[in-house]
Amino acid sequence: MGLAKRIIPCLDVTDGRVVKGINFLALRDAGDPVEIAKRYDDQGADELTFLDITASSDNRGLILHIIEQVASQVFIPLTVGGGVREVEDVRRLLNAGADKVSINTTAVLNPQMVADAASRFGSQCIVVAIDAKKVDNQPFQWEVFTHGGRKATGLDAVKWAEYMAKLGAGELLVTSMDRDGTKIGFNNPLNRAISDAVDIPIIASGGVGNLQHLVDGVQQGGADAVLAASIFHYGEYTVKQAKEYMAQHGIEVRL
Amino acid sequence: MKKIDIAVVDYGMGNLRSVSKALEHVAPNKNVVVTSNPADIANAERVVFPGQGAMPDCMRELDSRGLREAVLHASENKPFLGICIGMQMLFEHSEEGDAAGLGLLKGNVKRFSAASMKDSSGAKLKVPHMGWNQVYQAKSHALWQDIADGERFYYVHSYYVQPEDESLTSGFSEYPNRFTSAIAINNLFAVQFHPEKSANAGLQMLSNFVRWNP
Repeated sequence: MGLAKRIIPCLDVTDGRVVKGINFLALRDAGDPVEIAKRYDDQGADELTFLDITASSDNRGLILHIIEQVASQVFIPLTVGGGVREVEDVRRLLNAGADKVSINTTAVLNPQMVADAASRFGSQCIVVAIDAKKVDNQPFQWEVFTHGGRKATGLDAVKWAEYMAKLGAGELLVTSMDRDGTKIGFNNPLNRAISDAVDIPIIASGGVGNLQHLVDGVQQGGADAVLAASIFHYGEYTVKQAKEYMAQHGIEVRL
Repeated sequence: MKKIDIAVVDYGMGNLRSVSKALEHVAPNKNVVVTSNPADIANAERVVFPGQGAMPDCMRELDSRGLREAVLHASENKPFLGICIGMQMLFEHSEEGDAAGLGLLKGNVKRFSAASMKDSSGAKLKVPHMGWNQVYQAKSHALWQDIADGERFYYVHSYYVQPEDESLTSGFSEYPNRFTSAIAINNLFAVQFHPEKSANAGLQMLSNFVRWNP
């Protein structure tokens, strides 16, 4: 027995509130982030990811309060992403209690920031989020997109992943933009190509609709961790059910 | 001056909040202080020596704050818990940046060699070793109390310690080879994993530490 594959529920936060919480909590007021985080913790979540989708930069600091509250009561690793633009943003999130910070658009605009943050705080807390889409108009299969999938970058997602690992990323969060929200499963060929290309762990994201998709993400996509939002939020499955299913299919998990 | 029950050594590397919050959680009546003052460490009843980041930076920052002597003294005289880099720094030398450690314990800190590492199914093992792995108890110890042998703890590291004296090993994990993940000697206990991030098992270990009287 050895290292377990991880299941990571992802929570969306806007204006300091969790807007996608657990099933029965109404979307309008998903309520206490600590309660939500605790519930996932109780179900056996291996980590939690908070994605700050706040539109106004005025309110972006509010995520810090959420992280502070959660970190004082939930003792599993916490990753925060969304709107991280400079090394100072990383520092503030870590000081609030985040264990890892996920960098997305800024990594493309200013790759040096990834290197700077990794050298200052250690690679272990720097996650680079890669949003990729299958394309036909390039000499490669998957292209990196930014700004929530709206802006093409011309970058080959696999080469980009290698470059980010070289600059000091400790982990990659790979989201398939053409699968996100579809519930038809992860883009396993994409994940497999990236997982084979780098030595650092990858988290598969985008497209989970059922528990077999989680199994496929690990077994076909080579993911070290799987991230999912809606299947947990809307109560279709608990994290525990997901882990039991994975274990039944021969995947080592923390139960 | 208010009595310090637990001093968490702050040498300016990263996030100590999770360590102090977890200690406060398991010991709500104890005075937990995050400090870079050698006098606080000298006065504290017990000391936690955490760490993250790169070992050469950690050593440099520790020295620049004049904390070396206080940490060494505490490690030999009071209940002392090293975590992650805080464990690695106790040894003589690390491959990370070819850095000298505190040299309290004989042995080296080595890097996992990603290129050659495969699991039993032949799949590539990633570095850093990140996530929940099983920890096997090499010998009984107060800090393992009420923790199952083989319990999972949360790791994130690329380097591991190789103590010269194998009998220091109190716990080990496999990735894919066996490596020392906990050491114990007298008043000192140190772990490679992060008890402050290891949910109930980790809180149990911290709770054991807070009550430990070596």
